[in-house]
Amino acid sequence: MAQHETDKVRTVTQDETPDAGWVKLVEAVGARKDQRAFSQLFDHFAPRVKAFLMKSGADAPLAEEVAQDVMATLWHKAHLFDPERASVATWIFTIARNRRIDALRKSRRPEPEELTWGPEHEPDQAETIALQQESEQLGKALATLPEAQRLLIERAYFGELSHSEIAAETGLPLGTIKSRLRLALERLRQEMK
Amino acid sequence: MSTMIKHHLTDDLLMAYAAGNLPEAFSLVVASHVSLCDECRARLGEYEAVGGAILEESETAEMTADSLAATMILIGQMHATGDTAASVAPQKPGLFPRPLRDYVGGDLDTVEWRSFGGKVRQAVLPTDKGASARLLHIPAGVAMPDHGHNGTELTLVLQGAFEDEDGHFARGDVEVADADMEHTPVATQGADCICLVATDARLKFTGFLPRIAQPFLGI
Ligand SMILES: [Zn+2]
Ligand SMILES: [Zn+2]
Repeated sequence: MAQHETDKVRTVTQDETPDAGWVKLVEAVGARKDQRAFSQLFDHFAPRVKAFLMKSGADAPLAEEVAQDVMATLWHKAHLFDPERASVATWIFTIARNRRIDALRKSRRPEPEELTWGPEHEPDQAETIALQQESEQLGKALATLPEAQRLLIERAYFGELSHSEIAAETGLPLGTIKSRLRLALERLRQEMK
Repeated sequence: MSTMIKHHLTDDLLMAYAAGNLPEAFSLVVASHVSLCDECRARLGEYEAVGGAILEESETAEMTADSLAATMILIGQMHATGDTAASVAPQKPGLFPRPLRDYVGGDLDTVEWRSFGGKVRQAVLPTDKGASARLLHIPAGVAMPDHGHNGTELTLVLQGAFEDEDGHFARGDVEVADADMEHTPVATQGADCICLVATDARLKFTGFLPRIAQPFLGI
């Protein structure tokens, strides 16, 4: 990263993004098994994870069970969370997605080989803050998309509906769904600029 | 290593993998390519971030009254499995990226090859029914039969190289072939070509296409 860019990022304080707050809580769970920090994370994320699972086709009891499981996984893996690589919401999304594949689809998910930092690696504040700002911008961009486009993207992520099933339900041919989805994502990228 | 890769995953595949919607065999190819390719790893991170934003913006579903307490009990019962020192420990670099090694049970020397017809050998990997995955060993200079596709076929080169109508594919390159593509991959001279191939087994048009069987792919 060029020097001036680094400086620009550094002038922003961490407290300006909500994700920075979540990061501190996850770090407290990872470092000290802090139950109060965990319960704050639980209150915010567990109901979102549960709703996500229900939209993916789980009934309420199964969604409850899997959401608890996702949060318990968060507890055990908190020390592995890396704020330079993902926001807390993104990290929890990936845990929920993987548990959904196990629990709802009864399938395995091969994961890419982890990149390991060198032994002397210190988390880079500027990188972390830049990522948090991007995540926040992404959320805003998503919220400002036209309703139809946003719903299409959401449904693609809820998982139990494949492109072809969305096609069957909306009556649109697969090619149209794919190009609309691409359009929606393109628009999302534009919003981010 | 990454800078040599010329043929990457499509946005469709990366998004579907990020969303958790691919059959296991396709996920294996995606995870293996991403293990070798920093560019696709970064693109995957963007698609996962979209998932995070959706989760954050999503509506909520009320948890049951004793949910947090139940989760604390669950935490006590669960052992901190996965991502422990053993599974994170770096392995000796080999031919196969880590996700593939997990399916094979080791590197190239542990593969149990079976004849595939002609000089080509294969090893089928265990995955769910949505698609099938296999390793192919094609001796240098040998051609695969000319074929079309009934769904999607992903081919990731691990050793050697092949050439077809779409270009030259070497280690790390992935070819995405779909229904309107016909090709005749030929392993280039030099080293034998070893690749990971996943094919979509959902043969929707079985009744209409007489030559559907693609016997050399065994589907
Ligand atoms: Zn790539
Ligand atoms: Zn092919």
